[in-house]
Amino acid sequence: MTDQHEHAAVSNRAHPEAPARSSGIAVIPTDAVANPGFPPERPRVTDLDPKVEKAQERRIIALFFVSIIGSIAAIVFYIVFPIIPGDMQSVRNNTMFVGAAIALALLAVGVGVVHWSKALMHGHDLVEERHETRGSEPTRERAAEIFTEANEESGFTRRRLLRNTLITAAVVSPLPGIVLLRDLAPIADPVPLLKHTMWAKGTRLTRDPSGTPIRAADVTLGSAFHVIPEGLNELEHGKLEEKAKAAVLLMRLKPEDLHVTPGRETWGFDGIVAYSKICTHVGCPVALYEQQTHHLLCPCHQSQFDITHEARVIFGPAKRALPQLPIAVDDEGYLVAQSDFTEPVGPSFWERVL
Amino acid sequence: MTSTATPPVGAPQTPEEPGKGMRFVSWASNYIDERTSVSGFVKFIGRKIFPNHWSFMLGEVALYSFVVILLSGTFLTLFFQAAMTPVHYDGSYAPLKGVEMSAAMASTLDISFDIRGGLLMRQVHHWAALVFVASIGLHMLRIFFTGAFRKPREVNWIVGFLLFVLAMAEGFTGYSLPDDLLSGNGLRIIDGMVKGVPFIGTWISYLLFGGEFPGEDIVGRLYMLHIMLLPALVIGLIAVHLVLMVVNKHTQFAAPGATQKNVVGSPILPVFAGKAAGFFFLVFGVIVLVASFVSINPVWVYGPYDPSPISAGTQPDWYIGFADGMLRLIPPGWEFELWGGTWSFNIIVPIIILVLFLVVVAFYPFIEAWVTGDKREHHIADRPRNAPTRTAIGAAGVTFYAVMWAAASSDIIATHFRLAVEHVTYTLQALLILGPIIAYFVAKRICIGLQKKDREIALHGFESGRIVRMPSGEYIEVHQPLDAYERWRLVSYESYQPLMVRPNAKGKIGFWQNFRASISRWFYEDRIEPATQKELDEGSHH
Repeated sequence: MTDQHEHAAVSNRAHPEAPARSSGIAVIPTDAVANPGFPPERPRVTDLDPKVEKAQERRIIALFFVSIIGSIAAIVFYIVFPIIPGDMQSVRNNTMFVGAAIALALLAVGVGVVHWSKALMHGHDLVEERHETRGSEPTRERAAEIFTEANEESGFTRRRLLRNTLITAAVVSPLPGIVLLRDLAPIADPVPLLKHTMWAKGTRLTRDPSGTPIRAADVTLGSAFHVIPEGLNELEHGKLEEKAKAAVLLMRLKPEDLHVTPGRETWGFDGIVAYSKICTHVGCPVALYEQQTHHLLCPCHQSQFDITHEARVIFGPAKRALPQLPIAVDDEGYLVAQSDFTEPVGPSFWERVL
Repeated sequence: MTSTATPPVGAPQTPEEPGKGMRFVSWASNYIDERTSVSGFVKFIGRKIFPNHWSFMLGEVALYSFVVILLSGTFLTLFFQAAMTPVHYDGSYAPLKGVEMSAAMASTLDISFDIRGGLLMRQVHHWAALVFVASIGLHMLRIFFTGAFRKPREVNWIVGFLLFVLAMAEGFTGYSLPDDLLSGNGLRIIDGMVKGVPFIGTWISYLLFGGEFPGEDIVGRLYMLHIMLLPALVIGLIAVHLVLMVVNKHTQFAAPGATQKNVVGSPILPVFAGKAAGFFFLVFGVIVLVASFVSINPVWVYGPYDPSPISAGTQPDWYIGFADGMLRLIPPGWEFELWGGTWSFNIIVPIIILVLFLVVVAFYPFIEAWVTGDKREHHIADRPRNAPTRTAIGAAGVTFYAVMWAAASSDIIATHFRLAVEHVTYTLQALLILGPIIAYFVAKRICIGLQKKDREIALHGFESGRIVRMPSGEYIEVHQPLDAYERWRLVSYESYQPLMVRPNAKGKIGFWQNFRASISRWFYEDRIEPATQKELDEGSHH
């Protein structure tokens, strides 16, 4: 892609002995100011005054002694500041004293060595020649020659089918390794799992984390309950997995404040409504309930849901309303689920509506 | 390191009478060399020159903090149990006694409260990790703004970029291991993001977590990545990075005597090695000092992971903030169903933006090389002002990153400054687009202004502060001329001019040439050329 304009620039190269290399659209000035060369070296005070030099040396030796003392102190502190089980102050002291002593040992030796390098070692800048990164012309020619010889001797480009089948074999060979990763997860299809939770007809709503059931009468106006399904705490396996889908927030509002869509009139009970606590964005718990505005806020990404309008999204990156859990009251006055959620809870996934 | 055995520098060294220590060193060197021919390596590397500048130490900070991470991390592996088996905590931290949690969380608490120095090592490890990522970021900014990524160092830029990405991955896998409430919610967010990927997201999440979220596998899998696969890659790439640095030799700033064809500075043995070794101890010491007194990631305050509770103001480690912030900046409603699938653009768009941002960072050297068409090697680092468009692009990129980063704290900003979180988010959404544009123009104008000032000083000297009254009554300020060494720093740079479109041999102007010409116009239309000798001679006459 070099055009005439760029070639013109090449002829003005500063170093004609270097192999031709386009300078592109760089402006090569014809009367640039010349490099004045190295300035005279300024001697350090340690170069001029042997007394100062000796004093600095003593100072550095002192620093190394301080470092040795720091290391020993760290060992001593390890013993004299033990951790007494249950005593948080002892943890703090152990961390602080052992750490500070180690830090002293490290910093003293660090300052000492840097100071030695800067004040006592030979201080003048040295100069080294720089060469172009590419190999020298004979080296490059020999390398190209080796490739050519190897190609001729092996017939790599001549025996085309042989070469192509080799490349294909090399590409195909990692595939079994990828297939082997299938059992990272169980055989079962994940989609049905994501579409169902522990909630079923008649499952009692219980307090999180105690698991005690909730009476409708306990839910006073303006209160909010963190809810898990009855039996969750007794699960042998998969407790957290079930909880990650089944967590619910229960709130009581004035029935006239709730705007209910047709078909969902019976999903609440006297102003008590239950919504999935798992954000429809990426799944954080929507745990902050603002009593005055009846808004739920997700602390992770600030999605806000309006409970008076069936938890529709009013702010933030979430799209879908929080799924509502249809609830009722059983014979003993406890809140129960009418069914599972009627749609998948939590973050969106590809097969959600399939 | 045999420096303690060498006689003090400055004392004349008499080869016929080596000190006692030196005799041992000679014997040992000979023994090793006869078995490894290491003398060739010492000859090659021992007196290599390393230029001096404070900003060249940022990469060193990254390297040394990584060593600190390896040392403290090795200690932690002796006690940490990477298992999610539920256990009832029975350690010394009273508030969590009897609470059900994973073995990972329980062993983290044991390291913190029952093992002497355990909390110290945890905090050293975490602080060192924060310093590691931060120093890589600053090191990259230094390379970017001084143009040190130009030929022949583009490959090493890519290697460094990969190290930056790996460092973030190391950080994320690391702070997910304790299985506390904060890190568990971080994994929940990753799960939600993965599930939002069309077609394959559900299955990727299922395979990653070994079943439904959270499962009992993820900590063990992340542990394998964190202590084996990722560190191996990091160590390998650091080796490549350093070898390439030796091959390319370090850049240097324009200074009297420094040219494209030399390296001016300290030899590796002894001065650079001394300063570097000392600096390693300083970095190590500062990290340990901070870790001794400043708490980091107090997982016992958060408690074990449970999918239901969460604390307000949750924040990831700083380097993950930009990704979390981007998620927060998406307006409501970016998700719909089409062709039977769910398209979560509130997830897909942030992922695309983050990936694109990183891709542009990775490939910027090649973009600039294509625009300039400059095939020469560059070993003199630019002063940022002398490449105004590059500096402006960098400023725009930094601003874009900073807005995403600030967005990860939108709730904390809102509570601290008593603002509505909605207003903070709207402001940051606007800034995400406007901020980089403003930063671009401001940075470019500042650069050009500084260049003009440099030119003015080079030609007419600096204002001495001496006011002189002329016989005519006129007051003038005396300008003091610079000496040749000071002036050299102001005039020794190259500028580029926009590509002039010329027809090719067939008399045609191709699309690509036109395109490149317009991009190069954008880059180099506004430019200040360095003062020439002629201007200097004319300037000194009046």
